Amino acid sequence: MRFIRASLFLPATVLAMCGAAMAQSPTYKVGRPPTEAELRAWDNVVGPDGKELPQGSGGAKEGAKVYADKCSFCHGQNGTEGPAPRLIGGVDSLSTRNPVLTLGSFWPYATTVWDYINRSMPRDAEGSLTPDQVYAVTAYLLYKNDIIKETDVLDAKTLLKVQMPNRFGFFPAKPEAAAKNGNWKPNWNQAKPASR
Amino acid sequence: MNSRNANRRGFLKRGAALAGLAVGAMPFARAQSLPGAAADERPPKDLSYGERSRFENSVRTVTLGGPRDIIPGLPAGEMGQRLTPLQDSTGIITPSSLHFMTGRGSRLPDIDPREHRLMIHGMVDRPLVFTMEELKRLPSVSRIHFIECAGNSGMSHYKAMVKGIEVANSPALTKSTFVIQQVHGRVSTSEWTGVLLSVLLKEAGVQKNASWLVAEGADSNRHSKSIPLEKGMDDVIVAYSQNGEAVRPEQGYPLRLVVPGWEGVSNVKYLRSIKVVDTPYYLKVETANYTNMTPDGKASWYEFQVGPKSLITFPSDAHQLPGRGLFEISGLAWSGRGAISRVEVSTNGGKTWKDAQLQRPVFRKAFTRFRLGWNWDGEETLIQSRCTNEFGDVQPTMRQLGKLWGDKREPPIAGSDVENFWQTAPIMEFFSNPIQPWRVGRDGSVQDALYKS
Repeated sequence: MRFIRASLFLPATVLAMCGAAMAQSPTYKVGRPPTEAELRAWDNVVGPDGKELPQGSGGAKEGAKVYADKCSFCHGQNGTEGPAPRLIGGVDSLSTRNPVLTLGSFWPYATTVWDYINRSMPRDAEGSLTPDQVYAVTAYLLYKNDIIKETDVLDAKTLLKVQMPNRFGFFPAKPEAAAKNGNWKPNWNQAKPASR
Repeated sequence: MNSRNANRRGFLKRGAALAGLAVGAMPFARAQSLPGAAADERPPKDLSYGERSRFENSVRTVTLGGPRDIIPGLPAGEMGQRLTPLQDSTGIITPSSLHFMTGRGSRLPDIDPREHRLMIHGMVDRPLVFTMEELKRLPSVSRIHFIECAGNSGMSHYKAMVKGIEVANSPALTKSTFVIQQVHGRVSTSEWTGVLLSVLLKEAGVQKNASWLVAEGADSNRHSKSIPLEKGMDDVIVAYSQNGEAVRPEQGYPLRLVVPGWEGVSNVKYLRSIKVVDTPYYLKVETANYTNMTPDGKASWYEFQVGPKSLITFPSDAHQLPGRGLFEISGLAWSGRGAISRVEVSTNGGKTWKDAQLQRPVFRKAFTRFRLGWNWDGEETLIQSRCTNEFGDVQPTMRQLGKLWGDKREPPIAGSDVENFWQTAPIMEFFSNPIQPWRVGRDGSVQDALYKS
């Protein structure tokens, strides 16, 4: 208790010094700053706040064409036949004995759909789709999963407003809990045998 | 090649028909190898980069039961996995050529190290780009660590193996396919050399509110993974060397992340970018998969750490015992948290346990080899191992693991109901570390008794 109260009265100057101490200075002075072109080319893994999303837009109608052309060969005409993983359906199946995990029923963020298509699809020509094509095929897949309307247009702003059905289907709710020690999971000690 | 190892190879099922003769024939077989002088008459080889004896045939196998095994004519998919032959392992180091791999793109990257760069950027004071040469100028570490795929030992691998064997309908494939490799072979141990990621992060100057890292590879599908900054500042290695030579192409040449004790998917290969951020990025491999569904339909995510786990590698279902008598039970134990402190072995279905001898030194977050002499009386029995790490965490039975994940039933650890249990079990696909019992039959056959009874 005493420690907590004391910390409340730490002078601002001390706090400022702590901040300064945390800022690290380079020790080895090896390496160089990236160029603008390098940053543009490599800084495009898209996170949940969409800061890395490029300009462009697309809707389900154009997306249907992209899908038929680039995706259906592996994922099937309807996105359900495979052999590559099923993309459509499965909502309300997650607590059954045979959960159907699709981007519609399971994936918690629409940015993940955009990012994976953009950087990792289509197989054998990864990264070959234009931003417009990625927005369009994302819109098509979300429309086929009844998550957005056929007329909705996705871009760097509207993609972030998409509410995925399984957004709160994961635990711990805040992954930060795991960041502390990498081990939030049930204590393995519970598995200790009764007699040794 | 020592004689014990040669004996073991003799026990492979491929030679099962001869196994009855094997022990009596062994001195004779050794004598027979003397006229082998004839082999020396082969034309001299280029010995500048050595290769193993032509009599050795331990190899990685491919994952079975994928769509390409079943539907002909599909375009190239992911390269898929190559699985380590744990049944042939000795000691704690996996040869680089036998280290398991997961190939995510359709092609094996072919990266010129002179062109390769690593960029540290995002929430840092000084974004930096390093060449391979520059990375090698920084202080280096060499550490022995296991890497294990989070999906290793999951029941889907067993089902895929059974399906793959069924579809192939090939006696040769059936005879060379084993649970010890197909279901458990997604784990290997190497000595990794490189720069601690913390050195690079300090060099770039991590900003105050940063809390996560996003690591990205230069492979065709640009594999990426979110990792807590705390781990990045702890023991993560940016590795350019494996077992004393450059990291192999299928292991991430020229540069890979080694994230000790954590799920394999975090160990980003072909590493080219580390972005410092303040949130996990909810990437495909941390949401759509590598998450663990529980019976109520909720899935756990961001688990990271591999639980304590052990396996008897000899005898296992790849072996055939030639008859009663003395054997050395040998196996591997590892834990994502600290060092292995104890391995117990039961040779009577779990009724009693004996402490096995641990190979020293024991390294943290690395394979630990255990050994125990065993006089087999020739009767049917179950043999299994159970490990404990330095924190007292104990490897669970399948039943205990099921309870940890909310399964209320009480399946036997082995017996006729095991298969039914697996068929209806909650999806415990990832971080599966149950005790693996092997059933030794009176005929000396060794069978899996966990996935199928």
